Amino acid sequence: MKFVDEYRDGRIAKDLLRSIAKITTRPWTLMEVCGGQTHTLIREGIDQLLPPEITLVHGPGCPVCVTPLALIDEAIEIARRPDVILCSFGDMLRVPGSSDDLFRARAEGADVRVVYSPLDALDVAAENPDKTVVFFAVGFETTAPANAMAVKQAKASGLENFVLLVAHVLVPPAMTAILVSPGNRVQGFLAPGHVCTVMGWVDYESIASGFHVPIVVTGFEPVDLLEGIRMTVLQLEEGRAEVENQYVRSVRREGNVPAQQVMVEVFESCDRAWRGIGVIPGSGLRLREGYRTFDAETRFPGVEVAVRESELCIAGIVLQGRARPDECPAFGEECTPEHPLGAPMVSSEGACAAYYLAGRKRVAKRG
Amino acid sequence: MCLGVPGKITEVREDGGIRMGTVDFGGIKRKACLAYCPEADVGDYVVVHVGFAISVVDEEEAARTYELLAEMGALEGIDPPQGNA
Repeated sequence: MKFVDEYRDGRIAKDLLRSIAKITTRPWTLMEVCGGQTHTLIREGIDQLLPPEITLVHGPGCPVCVTPLALIDEAIEIARRPDVILCSFGDMLRVPGSSDDLFRARAEGADVRVVYSPLDALDVAAENPDKTVVFFAVGFETTAPANAMAVKQAKASGLENFVLLVAHVLVPPAMTAILVSPGNRVQGFLAPGHVCTVMGWVDYESIASGFHVPIVVTGFEPVDLLEGIRMTVLQLEEGRAEVENQYVRSVRREGNVPAQQVMVEVFESCDRAWRGIGVIPGSGLRLREGYRTFDAETRFPGVEVAVRESELCIAGIVLQGRARPDECPAFGEECTPEHPLGAPMVSSEGACAAYYLAGRKRVAKRG
Repeated sequence: MCLGVPGKITEVREDGGIRMGTVDFGGIKRKACLAYCPEADVGDYVVVHVGFAISVVDEEEAARTYELLAEMGALEGIDPPQGNA
């Protein structure tokens, strides 16, 4: 496929690895924010091919992983209502709630449907006027404009049986939260290429200068990631802390303005709890006043849930890059993709699943 | 979830007041909303995420940076890989 295959070229990847080895003189710790990038890095073994001075830690960029447990429990409760069809991206179905997941709810008779796009959920609503269609709106800035468009269309066409259960989160506040956390080791970031395709990178410039941390907007193929790592290491070695763009074929500094306009028309920022991490100020999105009637929590108020997390799961510190998945005592033992204790073992963007699928074994915790 | 796949637009149409299109991903064709890429037209490559085109691939920039990457070994004086290649 054009614009994919050429960025998987083994010869260029080898050249980049050698170049990285040549410019690296000191130990550096880099974080890739996006879980999609984590999967490519681990699947290709890039973390093991880099010079030993470079440590990659994996960030919180897995929306399914950071969606609060209470909201997953709420989704399961809402899905069990006979008058509801719950639509979701597939990743969400196996994420463990306190005692159940959406898969089990579906097996027990709940109408839970996997959709590829929020516009598909809108079609389900149009085809089922006697049901309320709840779309579980999970995701970062990349996904928010799509979900915003679905709500805007529902309002424009008078489709009152369509609502969103909103769990949207934003990247820059999470990066700031990581940088100010006491155990932070991150010295440079690979910023998520598709989030920045939508939002641009202006918001990242104050983070780079304020914390003196290089940020390189990076794509998703192996060559993209290696080039992003090379650009970040070069900045660190030269003492620079700027925002640079590796993913030039998709990202422009101002981002996608029409997408931002619809997103801002429908959503406003709010404080949001991240599973395993806690509340990060200004890190979420909620529906604006004019769209509040499309909020599932307005439509179904007072859904009672009793939240209970696994005592073994260390997802919270894994998501902040303070532990690797293979350092968790439960990794590959009590916790596997078939029987996950935490969301990062389930999701196609979860760091624990990336390690497990690449055949990584549990290691003793480093001192 | 921030997965985005590049594909080529093969058709553009209006659907309920929204600009929609058909995008070919290496032989697999899917419907995509083009509202956020109003400048995109048939023949352009777009990055598609959850059924929405979020950017038009800058083909010139892609070709230029790819050439730089492909030449990097020579530019940096790195020995070519040993073997049959």
